[in-house]
Amino acid sequence: MTSLPANPSPTKLGLVVDLDICVGCHACAVNCKEWNTGGYHAPLTDTNPDGTDPSGVWFNRVHAFEAGEGKAGRTVHFPRSCLHCEDAPCVTVCPTGASYKRDEDGIVLIDESMCIGCKLCSWSCPYGAREYDADVGVMKKCTLCIDRIYNENMEIVDRVPACVATCPAGARHFGDLGDPASDVSRLVVDRDGYDLMPEMEIRPTNKYLPPRPRRDEDGAITAATSMEDASPEGGFLGWVDKLLSGAGDVK
Amino acid sequence: MQDHKVELSPEGADEVKYTTCYMCACRCGIKVHIKDNQVKYIEGNRNHPVNQGVLCGKGSAGIMQHNSPARLKKPLKRVGPRGSGEFKEIDWEEALDIATAWLARARATNPRKLAFFTGRDQSQSLTSWWAQQFGTPNYAAHGGFCSVNMAAAGLYTMGSAFWEFGEPDWDRTKYFMMFGVAEDHDSNPIKRGLGKLKTRGAKYISINPVKTGYSAIADEWIGIRPGTDGLFILSLIHELLRAGKVDAEYLQRYTNASWLVFDAPGTADDGLFARGENDEPQCWDRQSGELANPKTAGANGALNGQYQLPDGRKVRPSFEILAERYLDDKYAPDTVADQCGVPAATIKRIATELAHVAFEEEIVIEQPWTDWTGRKHDKMIGRPVSMHAMRGISAHSNGFHTCRSIHILQLLLGSVDCPGGWRFKAPYPKGLDSLPRPSGRPDQVTPNTPLRGPHLGFTRGPEDLLIDDDGKPQRIDKAFSWDAPMAAHGMMHMVISNAWKGDPYKIDTLFMYMANMAWNSSMNTDETIKMLTDVDPDTGDYKIPRIIYSDAYYSETVAYADLILPDTTYLERWDCISMLDRPIGHADGAGDAIRQPVMEPDRDVRPFQSVLLDLGARLGLSGMVNEDGTPKYPDGYRDYITYHERRPGIGLLSGWRGRDGKDTGTGEANAHQIEEYIKHQCFWHEEFPDQIKFYKHVNKEYLEYAHKKGFIVNEEPIIAQLYSEEMQKFRLSADGHGEIQPPDNRRDRIREAFDPLPTWYPTYEARIDGVEEYPLYAITQRPMVMYHSWGTQNAWLRQIHGQNALYISNELGRKHDLANDDWAWLTSRSGRIKVQVKLMDGVEPNTVWTWNAIGKRGGAWRIDPKSSEVKDGFLMNHLIDELLPTKTGTQLSNSDPVTGQAAWYDARVKIEKASPGTEETLPQFPILSEPPDLPQTPKVSRFGATFRKGGK
Repeated sequence: MTSLPANPSPTKLGLVVDLDICVGCHACAVNCKEWNTGGYHAPLTDTNPDGTDPSGVWFNRVHAFEAGEGKAGRTVHFPRSCLHCEDAPCVTVCPTGASYKRDEDGIVLIDESMCIGCKLCSWSCPYGAREYDADVGVMKKCTLCIDRIYNENMEIVDRVPACVATCPAGARHFGDLGDPASDVSRLVVDRDGYDLMPEMEIRPTNKYLPPRPRRDEDGAITAATSMEDASPEGGFLGWVDKLLSGAGDVK
Repeated sequence: MQDHKVELSPEGADEVKYTTCYMCACRCGIKVHIKDNQVKYIEGNRNHPVNQGVLCGKGSAGIMQHNSPARLKKPLKRVGPRGSGEFKEIDWEEALDIATAWLARARATNPRKLAFFTGRDQSQSLTSWWAQQFGTPNYAAHGGFCSVNMAAAGLYTMGSAFWEFGEPDWDRTKYFMMFGVAEDHDSNPIKRGLGKLKTRGAKYISINPVKTGYSAIADEWIGIRPGTDGLFILSLIHELLRAGKVDAEYLQRYTNASWLVFDAPGTADDGLFARGENDEPQCWDRQSGELANPKTAGANGALNGQYQLPDGRKVRPSFEILAERYLDDKYAPDTVADQCGVPAATIKRIATELAHVAFEEEIVIEQPWTDWTGRKHDKMIGRPVSMHAMRGISAHSNGFHTCRSIHILQLLLGSVDCPGGWRFKAPYPKGLDSLPRPSGRPDQVTPNTPLRGPHLGFTRGPEDLLIDDDGKPQRIDKAFSWDAPMAAHGMMHMVISNAWKGDPYKIDTLFMYMANMAWNSSMNTDETIKMLTDVDPDTGDYKIPRIIYSDAYYSETVAYADLILPDTTYLERWDCISMLDRPIGHADGAGDAIRQPVMEPDRDVRPFQSVLLDLGARLGLSGMVNEDGTPKYPDGYRDYITYHERRPGIGLLSGWRGRDGKDTGTGEANAHQIEEYIKHQCFWHEEFPDQIKFYKHVNKEYLEYAHKKGFIVNEEPIIAQLYSEEMQKFRLSADGHGEIQPPDNRRDRIREAFDPLPTWYPTYEARIDGVEEYPLYAITQRPMVMYHSWGTQNAWLRQIHGQNALYISNELGRKHDLANDDWAWLTSRSGRIKVQVKLMDGVEPNTVWTWNAIGKRGGAWRIDPKSSEVKDGFLMNHLIDELLPTKTGTQLSNSDPVTGQAAWYDARVKIEKASPGTEETLPQFPILSEPPDLPQTPKVSRFGATFRKGGK
């Protein structure tokens, strides 16, 4: 079995996903796929790409579902990828040391050269965030774009995961969740960010931000819910003259 | 501890090239990473004004589009019967010879014999010009079946339109309403905008029968009944007028609210504007108590009252007519609530909120500006309410008026092109003066001669219709006839049906580009296929004798053409996102862009635009050959983009014009222009100075700037037309005035539809006898990650949506004993399909819907004919008749009566549980054969493996 870092650094790189503005467009999922199919875990194999039941390796998948009915009902778009847990069971369950958590930044990675494809890690992950590539018989997963975030051949502004760079709505944030002063940590505090399935007690690094309170009739713009009639005064459209009484003065 | 090797700084691409995306219609800037002569990665261009670095799922799947096994590889000539898919490969010379012979014959005898329709074409400035030089009146792109209602309503009302010509002020708006947006147009800008405005705490309301995608994150979702949005909007207007909550000064100055209208029922002047000197409109000046020109500086036109002209004729300001109309109880919330499926209290509250934000939360930018009269304004006042609308409004037979209603609502609030409101995108607004009239009347079409003017334009009255002396339509699609007098984008959806019938005449050659008309782009797909294969017993030939089609992929429509001109992918071509078409300008600046070939084709294919210029030269079309008969643009489209001038100094691109490349907007052609574009990431963009960023329609300095740049033809203010005199002119003709009048069987229709003020009437489908039998509304939504059949064939994207179910409400499911995955029959007056249902909560209970264009025909697109797209997927199109049942003896298309917009979402259906049986959708179609020698599709795709060093 594989050990978690004995003396982890305080740095915990991860993602913060804002469910208030995720529209479920799959940009993160597809851009992740196109980056990573040529990256650390290349390729992200597709089986039967043009056939019946095509399926492939995706590090990030977006689920759409409804929760509740009627006024309380919500349509949820939920992007799901590795959460780089602090107590990652996918690491401790690994018989070969292929699945490991990096000391320096907390990223959970797979060393394919040591992976025997036993799938214990995918069984142990409560989030289903591991992706088995049957073509090569190894497990693959989100690397937090480790080949981008430190990449000295890229401009600094580009050194973020592909899913974050491409997200059209700005619903994905990347940073150090171990640093309470970081933008992502502050976002989590300000917006009541939460752990996915905290009852599993595996301390995911990635956080989700819940939808903001809605500004529907319960969070109305103004206390009034209807308007007074303007017409009786001055007869039909008499109010127009009043509105125009200042006309001619240029604003 | 194990030492794991991780290469943190792998080398990137061999080369990164900039170009413009074409995975949908939004024209985002992209960076294409190329390694080992393959596309490795595509990302958004951070500097590009449209997407500012982000890229959607479609754009990110471009690699699979570029590498698709469905790509055609060589010109094809049909050898089997139409629809069999049996072709032989031919070389380009033979293909172009065949096409030239067919086209030359039509041109020499009767140019109308060619119908040239170009689908989702982003090169319309070329294709329309080519068709004009050819001389046929039969040209359009796909706007007629997409969103012409939006374009026409916007342009006639305020010289601009949603999406391509305008955008919400995402950075400042406080209250945003979005109507009927089918999840994509426009893709990245809407997502960026929604993210921004929600993060700022602005309120966002989505009005849509279906709660998916954008609607899912709305503060408030109004699940309206399809086709009733117009009533809902007019009811909001009723409330605002009732409470006197309008921006009277904005209306007085920047709209025609004060313009005087003749009140003379029964006469030929009734409802027209009373005009004074130089045909200028007149208002009743509130100070002097005399007539004045409302466009002059001192005018203080009354918005109400009844007045008498010196000659005794009675007039009223148009605003009073408007107010009288909408203050009627028939638009009261309590009256419309049931029809719309929206509680009256909700309508009242939203109207209250609109008024509150517009007038109590106004924003002010301390920026002086000058209006067209020279009046100085010391600040810019913003009414921070904005709106956006698209297909769900457009695709109804009352869509033109519904869209105009939205614009009236915006104008009443004074929220058009102000801070926080909805803003024009350059080169718009354009007043009607800047927009052409359509050409194609009998005297404008002559053999071997160019058409005398552009095909598509804006009719101002019956005299602009393309009809003969007997009132007969002159275009094959009947655009600009009495059936659709303001059909500004043509009516591509009617071409096959009309050509098959020979109504209004027979054609010889149908030439199409990039529209899947034998499948998901036609109404009534099954019948359309029969029309394409129907043989004329008199001639033994097909009723549509010759079909030429250009497509990059083996789409369903390829199988129905006689000659195929294979196009390149979007990464292998020159293209031009031109100021003459729909460029990339935005509210703060003007811009345009190019596509450059970032990859060389590895097949014997040619970019369609260059092929078109080659055909033009072979046909000797003017403007395409030199005096000695040699081709004028030997290097194809690239040459044309550089050198073609529409008017002196006005070409396809606005950047780096002039001999030294220093001019923008107008200027001589510059041989090095394209090199400059490539050097500047394939786009040109010019930010406006602050004093011209708002109130552009009436901003003196903006109008001067836009005129100088060639965007508009004069510096006249673009006064919004709440009341449309153009519409009234058509209505007067229906009332029996003027020389050109509709035939009797069209009078009532014109009278109803050509209301000078926005109106609401039930859709035509809703009025058909026996409609009670079809109580449900059937619509489609576009999946956010797919653009039509291109997107749904993509190897990555089809893993996301590989089939489409019929989504119905839980309530409807209970009523019909339908559970998830049950099979059901869905029946309309014209068709029947068998589908699998899924239950959901977020849908208007009387509405059923599915994702658009996922269903595929077996054999097309190189996907396995047993795939879920074929067996489980389906098209709603089979239920939608392209014709309305005739009551008058002559057939009318299933379209908006003003613009001819295809009324896709008017469909009415009923649902019944299907008895157990074969578990596949119906109808199914025979499997198409594939063109010869296409490469095997892989069982396993390891795309990307070659980019990795030392992989396992």
